[in-house]
Amino acid sequence: MSKDVWVVVETLRGEVLEITYTMLAAGRGLADGLGGKLTAVLLGHDAEILASTLGAADSVTYVDHAALADFTPDAYLRTIAGLVKGAAPRVVLLGYSSMGMDLACGIGIELDTPVIASCQTLDVEAGKPRYVSLTCGGKVLAEGELPEPACLVTMVPGGYKPQSGKKEGAPKVTRVAPPTALDDLKVKLKGYIEPEAGDVDITKESILASVGRGIQQRDNLKLAEELAATLGGAVSASRPVVDQGWLPTSRLVGKSGKSVKPRLYLALGISGAPEHAEGMRDAECIVAINTDEKAPIFDFAQYGATVDVLKLLPVLTEKIKQAKGS
Amino acid sequence: MNIVVPIKFVPDLVEELEIDASGVALDRTYMRLIPSEQDDHALEQALLLKERYGGKVTVVTLDTGDVDEALFTAIAKGADRVVKVLGEGFAEGVNNHAASSVLQAALKDIAYDLILTGTQAVDDLDGSTGPLLAARLGLPFVGYVTGVKQADGGVVARKEYPGGLVAEMEVALPAVLGIQAAENPPRYVVTSLVTEAMKTAKIEEVEAVEADSSGAAQVTRMYLPEPSERAEMIEGNVDHVADALVALLRERGLLA
Amino acid sequence: MPIEPVLVLVAFLAALSLFCYRVYRRFEHMRLGQPAGPFGHWWQRIKALLVFVFGQRRLFRFRTPGVAHFFIFWGFLLLLPTIAQAIIGGIFPGFVLPFLGTFGPLALVQDLIAVAVAVAVLYGLCLRLIVKPERYRGSHQTEGVVVLVFILTIMVSLLVMNGLQRNRGENPIGPVYWQPVSAFVGGLFAGLSEGTQHTIGQVAYWVHLGVVLTFLTMLPGGKHFHVVTSMFNVFLGDLEPPGKLPPAPEFDGLAGVKNVEQFTWLQMLNWYSCSECGRCQEVCPAYASGLPLSPKLLIMGLRAHLFERGTALRAAGSGETSANPSAQAVLEKRLTGDVITDEVLWACTTCYACDQECPLFIEHIAPIVDMRRYLLTQQRADPMLMSALANLRRYGNSFGQSDRKRAMWTADMTPPIKDIRKEPAHTLWFVGDYASYSPALTAITQATARVFQKAGIDFGLLYDAERNAGNDIRRVGEEGLFELLAMKNKAALNNCEFQEIVTTDPHTYNTLKNEYASNGSSDGSPTVPVLHYTEVLDRAISSGQLPIRRQLGYTVTYHDPCYLGRYNGVYDAPRRVLEAIGCRVVEMPRNRDRSLCCGAGGGRIWMDESGIKERPSENRIREAAALGNAQYFVVACPKDLTMYRDAVKTAGQEDRIEVKDMIELVEEALG
Repeated sequence: MSKDVWVVVETLRGEVLEITYTMLAAGRGLADGLGGKLTAVLLGHDAEILASTLGAADSVTYVDHAALADFTPDAYLRTIAGLVKGAAPRVVLLGYSSMGMDLACGIGIELDTPVIASCQTLDVEAGKPRYVSLTCGGKVLAEGELPEPACLVTMVPGGYKPQSGKKEGAPKVTRVAPPTALDDLKVKLKGYIEPEAGDVDITKESILASVGRGIQQRDNLKLAEELAATLGGAVSASRPVVDQGWLPTSRLVGKSGKSVKPRLYLALGISGAPEHAEGMRDAECIVAINTDEKAPIFDFAQYGATVDVLKLLPVLTEKIKQAKGS
Repeated sequence: MNIVVPIKFVPDLVEELEIDASGVALDRTYMRLIPSEQDDHALEQALLLKERYGGKVTVVTLDTGDVDEALFTAIAKGADRVVKVLGEGFAEGVNNHAASSVLQAALKDIAYDLILTGTQAVDDLDGSTGPLLAARLGLPFVGYVTGVKQADGGVVARKEYPGGLVAEMEVALPAVLGIQAAENPPRYVVTSLVTEAMKTAKIEEVEAVEADSSGAAQVTRMYLPEPSERAEMIEGNVDHVADALVALLRERGLLA
Repeated sequence: MPIEPVLVLVAFLAALSLFCYRVYRRFEHMRLGQPAGPFGHWWQRIKALLVFVFGQRRLFRFRTPGVAHFFIFWGFLLLLPTIAQAIIGGIFPGFVLPFLGTFGPLALVQDLIAVAVAVAVLYGLCLRLIVKPERYRGSHQTEGVVVLVFILTIMVSLLVMNGLQRNRGENPIGPVYWQPVSAFVGGLFAGLSEGTQHTIGQVAYWVHLGVVLTFLTMLPGGKHFHVVTSMFNVFLGDLEPPGKLPPAPEFDGLAGVKNVEQFTWLQMLNWYSCSECGRCQEVCPAYASGLPLSPKLLIMGLRAHLFERGTALRAAGSGETSANPSAQAVLEKRLTGDVITDEVLWACTTCYACDQECPLFIEHIAPIVDMRRYLLTQQRADPMLMSALANLRRYGNSFGQSDRKRAMWTADMTPPIKDIRKEPAHTLWFVGDYASYSPALTAITQATARVFQKAGIDFGLLYDAERNAGNDIRRVGEEGLFELLAMKNKAALNNCEFQEIVTTDPHTYNTLKNEYASNGSSDGSPTVPVLHYTEVLDRAISSGQLPIRRQLGYTVTYHDPCYLGRYNGVYDAPRRVLEAIGCRVVEMPRNRDRSLCCGAGGGRIWMDESGIKERPSENRIREAAALGNAQYFVVACPKDLTMYRDAVKTAGQEDRIEVKDMIELVEEALG
């Protein structure tokens, strides 16, 4: 049985995505615990340069092909499945993301390899690799052993600081040819659609007043806007607010939106489901206001209160004005 | 375009979740089961496509509990057929590997061009139904889809990436798409139409084949997160909380 | 007076046949409508006729216009004999109406009322041309002015005719004291030559006849049709309690009205009775807040559409549409969407102010709800509303919270509150969604429980078995969901033993009292009295069961909730409670059945608020603050509490007035 750990690198338009570093951090710990090697698998076209950021791995396997220039499910699935079949690593880590989820199960069925989803942390106990996964909107945790002889794991951010997965340095890069033919692809990329340019770039703000379902009415947004203005910040939102059309997608924080790391993140009436959490959990200071004391947001926040956000906002804005004035 | 929408019933997170006596699974005694939110979106997207291009929409679900009302609601919304797959032990919960193998067999007698299902469900621990089913059927899968339109020889799917970026993927049919959100919010159909459906429509029942649950990992422990890992809660009324927050902000130099 | 009898006869017959034809056309359109009734209760209806038509009761709610209209109405009735005299006398010269044409006292009344009518008309013209009240906006102003001028002309010409006739000595009424005004007018012309007087008399007669006959032919086509239809409309009106919405008919298996012919003929008669007075518009909170709904314009729109569609259907029936593209265009017009927009229909709070105000008993809310039912079947509603309905269907409350958390507010109550599912109690307290789930209201609900306990009331709750009672669900048009929830509530009630039901929410009160009627079977429909908590408090205080230890000495103003006051007539019990606890109640200008809705009803609390320029709740708070001396704005409804607390802040009136629920004051007074 192999002891090697593989990480499937996620890239988007020439940049390595943050989740890759989370996986490298996890993978490093796992590989060290098992006594095996950590390999990063990079697919692309004229993209070898990206390997330089993958220093946390012992080696990089790079597959170059025109059909792999951008992510498409069919081409990537065939390639990675072929590579995994050939080398049979112990664990393959993929992102619990738009890319990773298109791949993991397909590879799993093709190679008859089990899949563990939504994994937050991995470690080795008594020589056995173990996982802890999040489920039920972050309200329940499940743990167990990684099945033998091999398994696929999709990882969510949050269990590791991406920083610990970033290491400069040039790992050994092995270029390999695509293991299977990449013609007659069933899925092709037609093009990208840029996100609408918003008036505000929330990733650059140091203070965010973020609103969720608890804001109830579109009209109540102005309460958050006033607070944000008083603090010198901006308003961002979770998915339900953006889906209603109350704020543009440029203000969305979360898996499908932006990842933000402000000095202060006020989660106002946000439940804190994983899809949102992964976009803001690295903020320096998180204050969560939600009437449900069991809301998952309180797992990420440093401070919290269960008062009614609609009542708190005007009072808080007023007190901050007074405090700033004095 | 004939579309199949597999629907998975999941625990309603509005309710309190409890771990059962075994310590490795959720307690299902008082659990309310609801259709997975993204499966609702998948159904909505299927109905939108039917309205645009014609064809039939078939909803399939495993009989894991009180599923009839949701199936009749699907008919009231505009689905043409609803199929319930009966199987032993389904009420105790089915993992996605098992479910997808059952669905694979159930779909043998249904003609379809496209399968739409939610890209994920809240209780997915062994991958998601969509890509598992696609792999078993040998079909392409694209997930995180928020828009679908017909194109030559297939469909064009809008796939969401982080940061709001969207990719348009050309997908050959037949295929499976994992829906993140439909182009419109799932429609609300008035109760009288659901009641009507309950009287006039029929739920087709099929027996499940032996489910293949290999591929799902063992859970050795399931638990609720520790309270001590949580935020420092500020007690008191709105005034008190506001005062505490102002002090906190001042301390951290955020009131400059 | 030589008049051409033939001309008069021809003119009269022409006018009469035109009038009859126009009435017939409208009647024909009414026949497209659905059946109405059953009627019955004839004495009650006759009484309504006497009070509201002959007594003109509702007209006086707008005092001076009401007085003016009273005289115009009675003038019209009392002067009818003179019109008959003019016409018949014109066809058969020398004819005198037996008795009515010769009775002195009647002539006196007619003389005086002609003056009163003229004064009233001048007042009306002053309103229309100078004052131009907002409520006339959208009404057919020209027609209004023209008819007022007509009436004035008829009065003047009549007096001139009478006067000149007196001068000739041909007036059958002898003594001057029976016709002082006519005599006076005659005196004005007495100095003129016989020939001149004759000419003037001719002119007066033809003007009189001409205007009368013109008015007659105009009648069916405009707002003055109410002259003919109002009596029938009031007589045939719905006698059910206002809080009971009529049942929801289905067409082709779908609830709601899609086409105008799916309304009942009685509803259509309503629209023909609309005089465009605009009183409904004046009191409508939606209109005042800047939303596009005007109850008056709604009715006028329906009336116009009925006529055009009836005409077009007729053309289509006789195969004329191909040659008539405009008829085809009319038939393609959608009732909801083109004639009445969705926005208008969803703006209504169902507060009943319009129906209450209308002197002609036109029902505005019922057709709105009928059309809303159709809109819902087409998913044409605010996504927030549909989300609330989805929550109501799944969880039985609009908050999207588990039904098992409904009674969480009772957690710390000592002694614990009885579970009426398990043991009998005298009073079943049906708490309601807002009082149970809204975090802002928990304290009030708990206070209510404590006060009930102190009053020694033996009460219990349904706990988790309670569901939204469905009042507002019916009013947004989701009839099926109402039935589903009512069925669940009734099943729960059926297993319990109690002698009365009390609720803190007027919406719940209204539907439990009026719409949970038994259909004879023992399905749990309540057969016991349903009370609002203010009624229970009133009873407990006046019987001494709830001892008041402190007299509070506050000056307060009380806001009548729509569903407690206007809909169910409970005005005095809450005021008695406030007085009993030592509060001085000062009334806002719009009190009792004129109370201004907070804007939350009719499902509006579940809808997007954008589009509102001034919230009715803020308008109301300003009204209360303007009293100058009211310390507290007292409410007795959880939605009112929610809306007004917010309004005090957004209207910036925190220093001037504070909102309190009645229970807070009562608890304070218990010492």
